[in-house]
Amino acid sequence: MVDAAQLRLVVVGHVDHGKSTLIGRLLHDTGSLPDGKAEEVRAISARRGMPVEWSFVLDALQAERDQAITIDTTRLWFRTARRSCVIIDAPGHREFLRNMISGAAEADAAILVVDAQEGMREQTRRHAYLLHLLGITQVVVVVNKMDACGFSEARFREVGSAATGYLARIGLHPVAVIPIVARDGDNLGQASGRMPWYGGPSLLESLDGLLVAAPDSTRPLRLPIQDVYKFDERRILVGRVEAGRLRVGDSLLFSPSNRSARVATIESWGPGNAPLEAGAGDSVGFTLDEPVFVERGDVASHHDQAPKLSPLFRCHLFWLSDRPLVPGRSLRLKLATDEARVSVETVERVVDTETLEPVDRTEVRRNDMATVVLRCRELLSLDPHAESPATGRCALIDGFDTVAGGVIDLVGFPDQRPTVQRRSSDLYMVEHLLSAEARAARNGHAGAVIWLTGLSGAGKSTLAMQVERELFARGYAIYVLDGDNVRRGLNADLGFAPEDRAENIRRVGEVAALFADAGVVVITAFISPYRADRERARAAAAGCFHEVYVRADLATCERRDPKGLYQRARSGAVAEFTGISAPYEEPEDPELLVDTAENSLEACVAAVVRYVVERTAISAG
Amino acid sequence: MTSDHLRQLEQRTIYILREAYSRVKPLGMLWSIGKDSNALLWMARKAFFGNVPFPVIQLDTDMELPEVYAFRDRIVPEWNLRLQVEHCPPEAEMDQTLPPATRAAARKTEGLKNLIRRQGYRGILLGIRRDEQSTRAKERVFSPRGIDGAWDFRDQPPEFWDQYKTDVPDGAHLRIHPLLHWTELDIWLYTRQEGIPIVPLYLARDGKRYRSLGEKNITFPIDSNASSIDEIIAELETTRMPERAGRAMDHEAEDSFERLRTTGYM
Ligand SMILES: Nc1nc2c(ncn2[C@@H]2O[C@H](COP(=O)(O)OP(=O)(O)O)[C@@H](O)[C@H]2O)c(=O)[nH]1
Repeated sequence: MVDAAQLRLVVVGHVDHGKSTLIGRLLHDTGSLPDGKAEEVRAISARRGMPVEWSFVLDALQAERDQAITIDTTRLWFRTARRSCVIIDAPGHREFLRNMISGAAEADAAILVVDAQEGMREQTRRHAYLLHLLGITQVVVVVNKMDACGFSEARFREVGSAATGYLARIGLHPVAVIPIVARDGDNLGQASGRMPWYGGPSLLESLDGLLVAAPDSTRPLRLPIQDVYKFDERRILVGRVEAGRLRVGDSLLFSPSNRSARVATIESWGPGNAPLEAGAGDSVGFTLDEPVFVERGDVASHHDQAPKLSPLFRCHLFWLSDRPLVPGRSLRLKLATDEARVSVETVERVVDTETLEPVDRTEVRRNDMATVVLRCRELLSLDPHAESPATGRCALIDGFDTVAGGVIDLVGFPDQRPTVQRRSSDLYMVEHLLSAEARAARNGHAGAVIWLTGLSGAGKSTLAMQVERELFARGYAIYVLDGDNVRRGLNADLGFAPEDRAENIRRVGEVAALFADAGVVVITAFISPYRADRERARAAAAGCFHEVYVRADLATCERRDPKGLYQRARSGAVAEFTGISAPYEEPEDPELLVDTAENSLEACVAAVVRYVVERTAISAG
Repeated sequence: MTSDHLRQLEQRTIYILREAYSRVKPLGMLWSIGKDSNALLWMARKAFFGNVPFPVIQLDTDMELPEVYAFRDRIVPEWNLRLQVEHCPPEAEMDQTLPPATRAAARKTEGLKNLIRRQGYRGILLGIRRDEQSTRAKERVFSPRGIDGAWDFRDQPPEFWDQYKTDVPDGAHLRIHPLLHWTELDIWLYTRQEGIPIVPLYLARDGKRYRSLGEKNITFPIDSNASSIDEIIAELETTRMPERAGRAMDHEAEDSFERLRTTGYM
């Protein structure tokens, strides 16, 4: 009886190097073909006047037989001495890359077939690179058609070491390199009498030594929520435990919403007691002790080993679409059970799989492998792929089609969790007895956050103070929050490290939101160079946030240099200065844009005043 | 085969069922009343905590064996199923160039198309398996069909990391296959483990049993003495006879089944 877990295998390599033949022959030699299949193959081969073509075993469809190419992923089962295996046939034609991915993505190990005469070819390398990208680390290399090179040991060594050398460069170390004749079965099941110089394992023996990837219960818990059911009085959250363990009584943190609650019960249907815990690979249902809002896409974890939060991440991907991927392109992201819109921030590199060197272009074309940075409007819950595969990889969708898949890399992207407002379940919103309308009626205008953003020296503070004076004179309840003033008190504990800058802006956003809620028009004057930070401020003041881009070109700002900061930044005395040594991310779609380089101060003030008056008028809502 | 293996298969099927229910609406499930779709229904009850939250559809040719109808009428109230019976158009309306048994099977294809057109289903759950027949081995878990129900096996969407294709244009639909990764033996082992009821025709009487259930005019019993699920399992562990050996349409021409599939058969 077979005891070890089933091994999922993918067979890859250049077209015509013998993948289908190998599979057909393996099935035959392990007695796995249904009765009549071998005869059928012999008969079809004879009818076409060719020697026995084992690859016909796979060619289930008439269309394929005519073209003599394999079309798609196929599952075929066979047994070795120790275990059962399932082969996912992967075709070699270039245009069928997406089919290979569909199969290879769920394989535990790969057999890389290389023709002894031809050696490594373009698709051999491409497939090997893809295995690496898909995270498949167990590879057996078979050097096929040894009969066609006179069973030459020298040729075998040459082809074998070329393959091993390439694989080593992408971090793959084959478990065996085996000379075979797929057509005749040499070294598949047992040692070949025709290659006495080879003393290594047969293919089947080497397969017996491979490991089956199993969901890992010892890693930190990751449970992406699939759905929330209310079939009866229970509110059941369902999802698959991708890693770790879930126990009744566990305190869970949901990301990116940052809410938490305890597991009250683990639900099941059928006889037996309700389980008290679930492990990796289980599709579970559970209830919480408190009715916190949780939806599909949230990832449940434990508090101390939570996923990262970031709106930005790097992705090593394969691109499957005819329409090239370019910076700025907007796509739909599927990450575990979450879906969100992302845009391409940068294309860092496109890889040439022949040489493994970057290609000199920033356009990702069909079947390219590339590294890109993607940006989302909201925070995403993410893990580096190496730490948590299931929550560290994604698919990209364009319209109705899946156009890419990739693995996530967060090197250089800080975890934004510390800056997320804690909304723990024991905080409740207390309702005011006064309505926003009542406050607006008293003031004669609604509250609002007028968020000025722009380079240092663009004129934010000057503009803010002038607008404040002007509107105050007209009877507006108005106040300016300015960078330096806030840093003296509210944010005196913060420095200038990236996390501190983000926290600085977060607090300003929250305070501004409170001012607006109180009915005040609050103008903020902060560089606030990152879109994500501004988006968070927008979310805090939902509905009354107005982004005003105070624009002036860098040269103008540098000429003005009111605080002498540009000069110090140029000399290196100030590090990470926006515009010089740190990026400024321009607003994509600001509510208002004023250009202080091209217009007079008076004109800019008038434009902002007009905007505020219009947008806070009571009838405007 | 350990029960751990069955548990993995089952948990995956439950995951797929929940993905389908969450992402694809309106959703229905085809119930052939055979062992595979019974096992699938069983797992749906597990996935949805005793409920089957979508209609269960029988494509009726009025040619099923009487035991099949009896089984259906017993299970529907017991499992609280929302049964929808779709009567298939007569054989005379089928493509007359198809061989006779294939033509009979094509009635189901037409019945299904009519139903989808009338009810606007976006997703149809089906209990087919990859090991059943070689063209089914090519299938995706979420497999899009054109407006005419056609299957373009050359142009299938990539499917990886359980990120399924869940959106299709208006008029098109998805065939969803939560049992694709099971084998015939797995299904029997699971049926035994869980005590899932089956139509008694699967068990041998007078040296014959049905290995696969189809309409009475085109499905024939095989020679067998397996009169219990244990004996069926023992038989399967040694046989190398294809499962669909008793299905007449598979043997009429090299490409019969493929022709049926590309035009929308299950
Ligand atoms: N001489 C020789 N030819 C082989 C061997 N294995 C496969 N072939 C032939 O190589 C050709 C391509 O094989 P196939 O399996 O279709 O390649 P695939 O495209 O990688 O699936 C066929 O004509 C096979 O008969 C072998 O071991 N020796």
